[in-house]
Amino acid sequence: MFKKLPFILMTLTFVLVLAACGSKNDAGTEGSNNSTGETATELSGNILAVGSTALQPLVEQAGQKFMAVDEYKNVMVQVQGGGSGTGLTQVSEGQATIGNSDVFAEEKIDDAAKVSELKDHQVAVVAIAPVSNKDAGVQDLTKQQLIDIFSGKITNWKDVGGKDQAIVIVNRPSSSGTRATFENFALGTKVEDIQGSIQEDSSGTVKKLVAETPGAIGYLALSYLDDSLQVLKYEGVEATVENVEAGTYPVWAYEHMYTKGDPDAATKAFLDYILSDEIQQNDVTELGYIPVSGMKVKRDAAGTVTQ
Amino acid sequence: MEQTEGGTVMNNKLKPRRPLREKHYWEEWTGRIYTSICVVFLIVVMFSIVYFVASKGLSTFFQDGVSMREFLTGKTWNPTGEPAAYGALPFITGSFITTLLAALIASPLSLCAALFMTEIVPGKGKKILQPAIELLSGIPSVVYGFIGLSVIVPLLRSMFGGAGVGIAAGCLVLSVMILPTVTSIMADALSALPKGLRESSYALGATRWQTIYRVIIPTVLPALLTGIVLGMARAFGEALAVQMVIGNAPHVPTSLLESASTLTSVITLSMGNTTMGSVHNNALWSMALVLLVMTFVFVILVRLLERRNRV
Amino acid sequence: MKAKTVDKVATSVIVVLALFIVVLLLGLLGFILVRGIGQINWHFLTSAPQLLKGGGGIGPQLFNSIFLLVLTLIITIPLGWGGGIYMAEYAKPGRITSFIRLVVEVLSSFPSIVIGLFGLLLIVNTFGLGFSLLSGAMALAIFNLPLMVRTTEQAFRAVPKEQKEAGLALGLSKWKIITSILLPVALPSLITGTILASGRIFGEAAALMFTAGMSSPPLDFTDWNPTSPRSPINPLRPAETLAVHIWKVNSEGIGPDSKEVAAGASAVLVLLVLAFNLSARWIGRVVYRRMTASK
Repeated sequence: MFKKLPFILMTLTFVLVLAACGSKNDAGTEGSNNSTGETATELSGNILAVGSTALQPLVEQAGQKFMAVDEYKNVMVQVQGGGSGTGLTQVSEGQATIGNSDVFAEEKIDDAAKVSELKDHQVAVVAIAPVSNKDAGVQDLTKQQLIDIFSGKITNWKDVGGKDQAIVIVNRPSSSGTRATFENFALGTKVEDIQGSIQEDSSGTVKKLVAETPGAIGYLALSYLDDSLQVLKYEGVEATVENVEAGTYPVWAYEHMYTKGDPDAATKAFLDYILSDEIQQNDVTELGYIPVSGMKVKRDAAGTVTQ
Repeated sequence: MEQTEGGTVMNNKLKPRRPLREKHYWEEWTGRIYTSICVVFLIVVMFSIVYFVASKGLSTFFQDGVSMREFLTGKTWNPTGEPAAYGALPFITGSFITTLLAALIASPLSLCAALFMTEIVPGKGKKILQPAIELLSGIPSVVYGFIGLSVIVPLLRSMFGGAGVGIAAGCLVLSVMILPTVTSIMADALSALPKGLRESSYALGATRWQTIYRVIIPTVLPALLTGIVLGMARAFGEALAVQMVIGNAPHVPTSLLESASTLTSVITLSMGNTTMGSVHNNALWSMALVLLVMTFVFVILVRLLERRNRV
Repeated sequence: MKAKTVDKVATSVIVVLALFIVVLLLGLLGFILVRGIGQINWHFLTSAPQLLKGGGGIGPQLFNSIFLLVLTLIITIPLGWGGGIYMAEYAKPGRITSFIRLVVEVLSSFPSIVIGLFGLLLIVNTFGLGFSLLSGAMALAIFNLPLMVRTTEQAFRAVPKEQKEAGLALGLSKWKIITSILLPVALPSLITGTILASGRIFGEAAALMFTAGMSSPPLDFTDWNPTSPRSPINPLRPAETLAVHIWKVNSEGIGPDSKEVAAGASAVLVLLVLAFNLSARWIGRVVYRRMTASK
């Protein structure tokens, strides 16, 4: 027994060294976050924005423009994907400065105390439209028809006025923010996954599958729509920027950038920059989002809409 | 064990019977400590993987109160529903079905390739097939997924209708992926056979097929099975290529052309979208734990087969 | 003669299926290369990807893949070679040795996604390294280590016993024998094994999605200060490798040419892996010739 001691000791030391490395690095990142410029004269610091892959291109582009502004040249903006969940986890644990999310933090984090620490910054609106394969022969669906299709009551396009063609559902996984938005505002109810329905997380794959598979139906953000798909009207309303802004087209959600507590000076400058006309009028619309400033309606985490 | 012996050797050196030069002493120690640290590192890494994955995976049951029975046998996966359901059976069956089918497709092909290389055209066959198989094993899994999505899925769609994505597409992609692993292990086993075995069988007037079927295959069967098990282990853990083509419906499939999920596909699909610490996220870790446990099962299987092989 | 007909049928079945594998391989390679090779040009290999407009390349991804490989090797070579030497020279048959063997076996068969998740939990979150090249390299090192240990052990065991005995007769210490007699002899197969094992790094994506991240910050190839966030050699920046890029373009690509980019990147990746495998053999042979000629 005694002779095995060196071996055991060595193992223990190793674990300790590993742990020490860990904590040291932790301190390092926190340090750099704290050192983010407090001085009023020149801003400096590192901003790390992690999360939603849907929001990533916008933040990346805004970050590049932001760093090119002379005033902010000492601020470094880094943007990473990883998904809304990862973003919210990392921001609430202090590893990231900003957590990008497609949904309200309330919907993702179970712990209410953690949610209350986070501060929401809504930077854009994304609208989602139901789409179908071109040969389905339908251009307009009502809310009830959509519910019936996605809950498996209607299984053939001929029942909603289309061709005699079986419906193939291309859904999102239950963890997806896009699905949450679609269920909350288009269907108004959660639907269970139907046997045999396809689930894809990425919009690119959904688009590809809906475009290629006869009888397929799915839903996509406006930026992904093109003529390879049949965009369906919802209750007779077309998914256009104007309709969303006016509040007549209901299937939309905010893109959120969460900070833990109030943002520091550099982060605040960056968030303000994203909300400035420079970004909202150019990059936001270019990338297929809708500027927050143009919205005539507002919505809170519970889904209540106010004019 | 040898560590203890090492200790005694070192002790002997501490009180040397014959004088040892200082340089030697240091050299001996550097070597011993350095290489031992490397090995200890491996052990630490393995145990920390097991520890971290298990502690995360088990918290679903002990912290969040999901019953382990529901998790392993429940057919409904609806983490966002009211009430939420965390039945992982669809993913577990999906993983097993795709793995078994992939092994079923790949094993005969691999066996033929291995026999071709070692029994039928030993010299030339090896020259053509060996590099071909090594090339196959070099193709990255995302590329297989890409091919699956752009060739196999449309092909299945035009042949059988429907969406094309599903179990069938998944196991076709997997079977090509594990082909090289299985083939090379089988070929190694076959070429390691003593020559006399074949020759005595031929001398008895057996045809080649009789020799293969009655003598060679029974002799190397455990090694052939080792190859298949290792291939299955690889198929079980493969994530991206499968996720791209399988369709990801969280249901126990009723037909081969139906969209289904595997443990790996649901993890890749949902990990980034859920927050650490939420029940949904922990349930995904539990699935990773199932994958981990299955790895151990495969390794133990291989060990058992190897033991039989030695006898 | 029934047995003979059976023999003939069985033989032809085996031959047909074996040829089928060759055809399958040629088909796969042909498909990848035919669709992709037209995309490959200098611009594609060096410029940054364009998300929206199209016409982008895979420059940073290619660089990331290679840099990540270097980082991983920096971690795995000392550890893997050391572990292999231990197994070949110091370990004595017994329970601990067979336990270590089991550990190596288990480590090498862990699914890559599990290692990715472990990396996410421990390296990315607990160690606070974030999505970075270093996190990715550490996760990849976990895969690569068992392979490296195995090839190193084999390489050292293949060294003729006489060489070692000669060293012992000279009264050298064991470590001295290992480093100055065995290592040079084992080096060719060590190098070949190391390169072959690293070929897998290029193709790995599942583990990297969770550790190295899926984004690549704009790189400034004139800035070689490893602490600058824009420097290509900063190990703490997030990095998307070629394999992850194929995955992302395939699934998220919204640019008009995402299909072509995926095909081109796949072709580049496959060519890289092929080049790697071929060079492994070639370098091994050259080193072997050098070593034997100089002695």
